[in-house]
Amino acid sequence: MKSNSYSRVLLWLAPLTFLGVLFFYPWFRILAFGLSFETLKPDNLQLAFHVLLFTSYQAILSTLLTLLIGLPSAYLFARYEFRGKSLLRALTTVPFMLPTVVVAAGFNALLGPRGWINLALMHLFLLSNPPIQFVGTLGAILLAHVFYNTTIVIRLVSNALSRLDPKLEQAARALGADHRRVGWHVTLPLLRPSILAASMLVFLFDFTSFGVILLLGGPTFATLEVEIYVQALQLLNLPLAALLAFLQLLCTLAFSILYSRLSAQLTIQSAPRAAHPPKAKTASEKVFVLAFCILLFVFFVLPMLALPLRSVSRLDADRGQQTPIHYGFTAGYYAELFINRSNSLFYVPPINAALNSLGYAITTVILSLLLGFPAASALAKPRALEKILDPILILPLGASAVTLALGFIIAFGRLLISPWMVPLAHTLVALPFVVRALQPAMASIPDRLRQAASTMGASPFRVWQTVDWPILSRATLSAATFAFTISLGEFGATLLLARPDYPTIPIAIYRFLSLPGALNYGQAMAMATLLMALTTAGIMIIEKQRLPGAGEF
Amino acid sequence: MLEVCGVDKTYEAQPLLQNISFVVGASETICLLGPSGSGKSTLLRMIAGLEFPDAGRILWNGMDLASTPPHLRDFGLVFQDYALFPHLNVFDNVAFGLKMKDRSSEEMRARVAEVLDLVSLRGFDHRKVTDLSGGEQQRVALARALAPRPRLLLFDEPLGALDRALREDLLNELRGILLQTQIPAIYVTHDQEEAFTLAKRVLLLHDGQIVQQGAPADVWSKPNSVWVAQFLGLGNAIEGRVVDGKWRVETRFGVFTVKCAHRHQVGENLHLLIRPLAARAGMNQIRARVMDVVFQQDHFKITFDGGLYFYVKDEPKIGQKFGIKVKLECLG
Repeated sequence: MKSNSYSRVLLWLAPLTFLGVLFFYPWFRILAFGLSFETLKPDNLQLAFHVLLFTSYQAILSTLLTLLIGLPSAYLFARYEFRGKSLLRALTTVPFMLPTVVVAAGFNALLGPRGWINLALMHLFLLSNPPIQFVGTLGAILLAHVFYNTTIVIRLVSNALSRLDPKLEQAARALGADHRRVGWHVTLPLLRPSILAASMLVFLFDFTSFGVILLLGGPTFATLEVEIYVQALQLLNLPLAALLAFLQLLCTLAFSILYSRLSAQLTIQSAPRAAHPPKAKTASEKVFVLAFCILLFVFFVLPMLALPLRSVSRLDADRGQQTPIHYGFTAGYYAELFINRSNSLFYVPPINAALNSLGYAITTVILSLLLGFPAASALAKPRALEKILDPILILPLGASAVTLALGFIIAFGRLLISPWMVPLAHTLVALPFVVRALQPAMASIPDRLRQAASTMGASPFRVWQTVDWPILSRATLSAATFAFTISLGEFGATLLLARPDYPTIPIAIYRFLSLPGALNYGQAMAMATLLMALTTAGIMIIEKQRLPGAGEF
Repeated sequence: MLEVCGVDKTYEAQPLLQNISFVVGASETICLLGPSGSGKSTLLRMIAGLEFPDAGRILWNGMDLASTPPHLRDFGLVFQDYALFPHLNVFDNVAFGLKMKDRSSEEMRARVAEVLDLVSLRGFDHRKVTDLSGGEQQRVALARALAPRPRLLLFDEPLGALDRALREDLLNELRGILLQTQIPAIYVTHDQEEAFTLAKRVLLLHDGQIVQQGAPADVWSKPNSVWVAQFLGLGNAIEGRVVDGKWRVETRFGVFTVKCAHRHQVGENLHLLIRPLAARAGMNQIRARVMDVVFQQDHFKITFDGGLYFYVKDEPKIGQKFGIKVKLECLG
């Protein structure tokens, strides 16, 4: 018993030290910094209040719009069978896991000033300026948020809806309720926990969104996240950034607690079996199914299609380009990534950003597995100790990447020259996901299997090799892929921590997008396409390894 | 009065119900009795308006219900798994149908109290339905169906999820309530005891068809097919062949004399029912080796070589030859 609790403490030693140094200590410094007497000046507080107001405003609007698309979609998926249903469902989930820069680049390729639609309109009507102003509007932010988060509403609500006992609605029908009143008095109240939980989660993501706001909203829209970045890196006002970060943490903590309360109700309400939905029968049902299928398909596919197509199409001249342009297909933007132009942004070939990203991602995988394995194996058999430590481990999930990075800057300012800070921050972001991927697999191995193996003469190593590893290998692969794709696409923390001469792919895309010229734009598209391909491959690996019934969000 | 006329229904290209016709008169309770998969629940759901027949009509007082949606039919429906609204308390569940009819709140309160009294759940108004026992939940479901004073009550195996003792209690209460309220009812079940307790008339459903109907005692004493005899567990069904015009039938257990209302040709094959209780008199006797003896409360169940079984008072020895007088009925 004694030795057992010793070994448990040993298991926790590395992960807790890591979190203590890189998460809790920086947070302590942020608090001390942000809540000091000098920081709490009226004009600071006023700015913070305005930023908080706009952050909430755009998050509420985004959430409402997401519900507007998501609720009918959830109904569509839960209540009807139609061709291409699983494909459409998969399409709606992909955006959720794509890096923000890819989504921003995708919308830019579709609706941006050099995007397909604007170029087509300019071409058709011989306009000299793009007619649609998309980038830099609140609409762009809202649209991207809806694009990102609709899948949450679809998953949570359609799950609840398809588990709803159809007899409840039938009983209401027999008691004299027409379709409208069945929906109002029975279906909606029963779906309420799932709708609330989904809204809360969507709101949380919209509230802490960073990349979308920065890349699509432009400088006029400052949410807490963006303002923290601006104050910390551009205005070098660290105390104000710390104050904002404190506000941010307070809000996300409150929302997270609310969400976990709400999602606890979800599990109670679930009914035994999911019924097989029928095909649409009446004309109005058919119209609804067809219209929503088309809408969802267009909405989820067009931005992701526009991006790779735009990356291989030359549609406009670069600035000051003398030679006549060959419109049409080109691999030039990709070739350009390997060239070190004298006027280049980095004085290194842009493809070096990809090499940096790769190096960071591999480091993140190794670090997060090294820390995640002991933590997950301790959590797999929870005792009193683990009940306390489990939420502590998940805390970084609630903190936004930008505030994590701010903590690093405030706590270890001098060490920032080290490129090591980036993979450390990525590990902090990836660790909760890695633990959540490993833990169910570890918990699923019954002790009896190990005991059976050892009674048949297997040494402890042979037991691990023959019993644990075959089950754990799949979970390890998906945990590693999680860490890899998270690191590859991470934008917020990297933007604050990366040294200018060590850019990552997302940083390079951001810089290319913010520079003028067709060539820069094309390279942004090419890089974003590469990142999208890598991430999609990662998502596919994770989905394949997913244990049946293991974790939703 | 409910009339079901020639209703057909296919499910996934398989005929589920074929040419079903019957009538439910004022304040009459009928039972649809059949094994699972016989289509009885589907029939009930069609009467409720939740599904539609492929052919045939369902009439109420001579008016076709095809264009009447379920919420305008005024038929109460009680499910096997209660289907109580988990987000509403007992009062709101029971009041649901009254609320849908926009009744005043005083009227609702009075009526809910009345029906809760009827199902012996007085004072349960503010309980959560999820905290109730199975029997209590089914009482709430019954009260909910009764509250809006339906023109017809539909029961879909309402007691199937309850244990035996509780089932008997509720069955008797239900019988009392149906007698008291005089609401006509259709009761679907696979349990003959429930059917015989409740119904004046039983309709036996097999492979989507009504194979026999009548008062419980008539069905019991005059089964019209091998399937009915076996489904009701009436005894041993055996095959035989008519050997002469004097009602003599040859079977693998011997030659018996069987009086029968129908006329049978010599050489015709038919089925006979041998009830498991020994006949007091008669010329038909079976004598065979006893293969098994099981004690069952007040008698012994003996099984003969060949599979026939009987209930006897005195315990024979296994392996011994045993003779018994039997009564044979023709199943057609």
